[in-house]
Amino acid sequence: MAHFTKATSVKDWLNQRLAVEKVEKVMMSEYWIPKNINFLWAMGMILVVTFALLLVSGIFLLMYYQPNVNLAFDSVNYTIMSEVDFGWLWRHVHGVAASVVFLIIYIHMFTGIYYGSYKKGREMIWISGMLLFVAFSAEAFSGYMLPWGQMSYWAGMVITNLFSGGSLHADGLVEWIRGDYVPAQAFLNRFFMLHVLLIPLAIIGLIGLHFGALRIPHVNNQDGEEIDFDAEAKKYLAGDKAGSKVIRFANDFMAKDMMVVGVYLVFFFYLVFYNYGFAMDPVNFDPANGLKTPTHIYPEWYFLWSYEILRPFSTNIGLIAFAFAQVIFFALPFLDKSPNTVPASRRGLFKYWFWAMLIDMIILTAMGKVPPVEPFGTIGFYAALTFIGLWIALPFITKMEKKV
Amino acid sequence: MKNKEPLILVVIVFFTLLTYYLVEPFAHHQMHKHFESEGFAYKDLPSIPKGDAARGEALVMGAGACTGCHAIKSANVPAPMDAVSSAAAYGVNPPDLSNAGAVFDAKFLGSLIKNPAHALMVEHKFDASKGQMHPMPPFYGAGGDINQEIADMVAYLQSIAVSKDKLTPTIAFETACGRCHADHYVKWTQIGEKPMFKRKQDELAFETNVLNYQDSLTKYLGKLPPDLSIYIRSRGEHYIKTFVENPQNYLKGTAMPRVGVNAEAADKVIEYLEDSGDAKRHERESVGRNVMIFIVIFAIFALLWKKQVWRDLH
Amino acid sequence: MKNSSRRGFMGKAFGAVAGVGAVGALYAMKKTWDPLPSVKAAGFTTLDMSAYKENELVVEKWRGKPIFVLKQSQEMLDTENKNISQITGKTTAGMDKKRLIKIGDAHYLVCIGLCTHLGCIPGYRPETKDFLCACHGGMYDDTAMVKKSPPPRGLDIPPFKIDGMKLVLGEEGPEYKKMKETGITL
Repeated sequence: MAHFTKATSVKDWLNQRLAVEKVEKVMMSEYWIPKNINFLWAMGMILVVTFALLLVSGIFLLMYYQPNVNLAFDSVNYTIMSEVDFGWLWRHVHGVAASVVFLIIYIHMFTGIYYGSYKKGREMIWISGMLLFVAFSAEAFSGYMLPWGQMSYWAGMVITNLFSGGSLHADGLVEWIRGDYVPAQAFLNRFFMLHVLLIPLAIIGLIGLHFGALRIPHVNNQDGEEIDFDAEAKKYLAGDKAGSKVIRFANDFMAKDMMVVGVYLVFFFYLVFYNYGFAMDPVNFDPANGLKTPTHIYPEWYFLWSYEILRPFSTNIGLIAFAFAQVIFFALPFLDKSPNTVPASRRGLFKYWFWAMLIDMIILTAMGKVPPVEPFGTIGFYAALTFIGLWIALPFITKMEKKV
Repeated sequence: MKNKEPLILVVIVFFTLLTYYLVEPFAHHQMHKHFESEGFAYKDLPSIPKGDAARGEALVMGAGACTGCHAIKSANVPAPMDAVSSAAAYGVNPPDLSNAGAVFDAKFLGSLIKNPAHALMVEHKFDASKGQMHPMPPFYGAGGDINQEIADMVAYLQSIAVSKDKLTPTIAFETACGRCHADHYVKWTQIGEKPMFKRKQDELAFETNVLNYQDSLTKYLGKLPPDLSIYIRSRGEHYIKTFVENPQNYLKGTAMPRVGVNAEAADKVIEYLEDSGDAKRHERESVGRNVMIFIVIFAIFALLWKKQVWRDLH
Repeated sequence: MKNSSRRGFMGKAFGAVAGVGAVGALYAMKKTWDPLPSVKAAGFTTLDMSAYKENELVVEKWRGKPIFVLKQSQEMLDTENKNISQITGKTTAGMDKKRLIKIGDAHYLVCIGLCTHLGCIPGYRPETKDFLCACHGGMYDDTAMVKKSPPPRGLDIPPFKIDGMKLVLGEEGPEYKKMKETGITL
């Protein structure tokens, strides 16, 4: 048994039992971050803040929400929006944060791609990040069901139908997922459970894994420079703060993070109060009606690119292309054959691959929302082919890349 | 080393705004027909001469035969039948005319009296040549100049209605929309506001009346007109205003008639729908302003803290 | 040594026992997600077929799904051979009559009104006598065969049983079984 002495202070008391000083060192004051970074490295902290906003607003929504097909719509749109004090605030924060969190995730992802932060020992950071992306997608989708509006219902119908697997006709699987022949009470209840318990648990676990994955390979930096963290940390602790290539997580890195978070929150609350329409589709303010399809059905903006990969093809090929799009990002660390961990601007053809991928995904996003008429159908078709083509080309162009 | 952060910020803002533009304004422009409001001018309807309210009163109560179907509570004319029986007879309960003069445009009222199906833009449903008569019979004149007689009746209706500054959202909604559309967030049903009942039997009787009324309405219009509780969020002010001006623009062949409200009444209807579907909008504006002020101060302090912490690091 | 290998064996055996428990629990969890018996039993709808009018689409409801009933006019029966399936490139002649249900002297199209692409409800256009799905632009002819992709097949026909002038949805009669065997519907 450990040896305990009479505590000299509260901190000492805690220290003997929980080693708080050591925890503080490991997690904060001696968790070393490279100094050579820009504000894109603050996206992780922004995501943490946004997730916290979602969690807190969600808790208060949960107090009045009714997971019942007859009550859900009015519990959200009347009880929470009109009756509950500040209920409208929680709902707008929740809705806007759910949309904005994907903007930040995409910026975070493309930052990683641009700076090669998935390479050489950082593969698990990328893979755990992609798992988080999938978990957030599931969380967003299940949450979208809950207001039980027209878009909730029809998105639920269309997305669960994907599980029939086209020609496989796994209708039994679809009915099993729904718990009914169509989205109904059983469906709403189980997606409620997924949204408020199972998926958030998974997300919290995955966030732990994602952070843990950073410890051994360390955070990447703007130039992909390999830093001797031990030597640089010694330099810092010896007092040469300006000469050291590393900084403390707290307060050095935190201070910069919070500055970026401050700017982000100005943008975020502007959206919450003055420009929330993009995150709360007007069609979803019509109650669910299984006998009337809305004129236009489209997912939220962050799913549009993968939806558009599904749409221009016949059912089976579309599903295969869609499945491809869902998993291919996981394989990025293994498809990129280049030995270089440097920004894309210094990587030959990959530079063009990066911008082509970004622009192609924006085109897919745009085409996924507009009605499937010409010329949009054709543009979407070629953008989907380009997406697949770019991924097939990736191993070849990175193989050709010279070592820098 | 050159600071690339401003450039990175420009790139991110550019691609974010581009994506926003493509999925919001651009995509919605592709998906939805857009119509500009005509400002409730009803340019297609002829103007009417100046009327005499006193002569109008005689026509409304006499030769015009309006009170055979319409109540005018403000002139102590009761409804000939209750709402449910009226709807069973005509399809919809004819409106109480007390405030028609304040809610509806004068030109529209004139045209309505002369040729209801035309003014209401439902001639595709009520074609007199095919024997499909609108439940409101046209006024064929009382022997004099028919246009003058109509103008007199309109002048009378305007004279008994509430003045413009007294026109409330509730009066506007109930007169213009409320006989076909429910709004259950403010407890409005097609036969009036649902009261609090002490006895379950009374409540069920009221609900039965509503259902019977709705059945007549469904038969008359083809489908039950939608509940408008949060139409302000699902459709928005612009759509609602341009839709009531000319429903056929958006939904060719719809049974929804042109409503004929004047611009002031349209604003009042919008206010009613906002009170129902976006009740906390004023609070949102004031809280929003305070939060924005706070969050800017928060950001400034965050910036100052960062500057202090990083002074030693450069 | 002996001891430790025994410990290794017992560890594996314990793992196996725990695994059996896990499989059992998974089975229970899977079954918990199944549609409830009351949900499954809810679905038998009887339609009186004498009430429908020619070329006028009526939408009934069965198991929460919209059911299209379209009584065919003589003109529709005569022209339907002209349609060419976009899937096979062949005329749909001969296929058409097999999709219709003959009750009394009349032919009816009875099908599930959900697009076979992704489950939207197509709208019927009596002038052109076809269905248009507004979601992704798929089109079906008046017997609900595909005229234009992306739908992979015609609208599905629900299980039915003919009972005089009545049609019972949810029960499998001989006519339905024949349709299923010949691949007219799934």
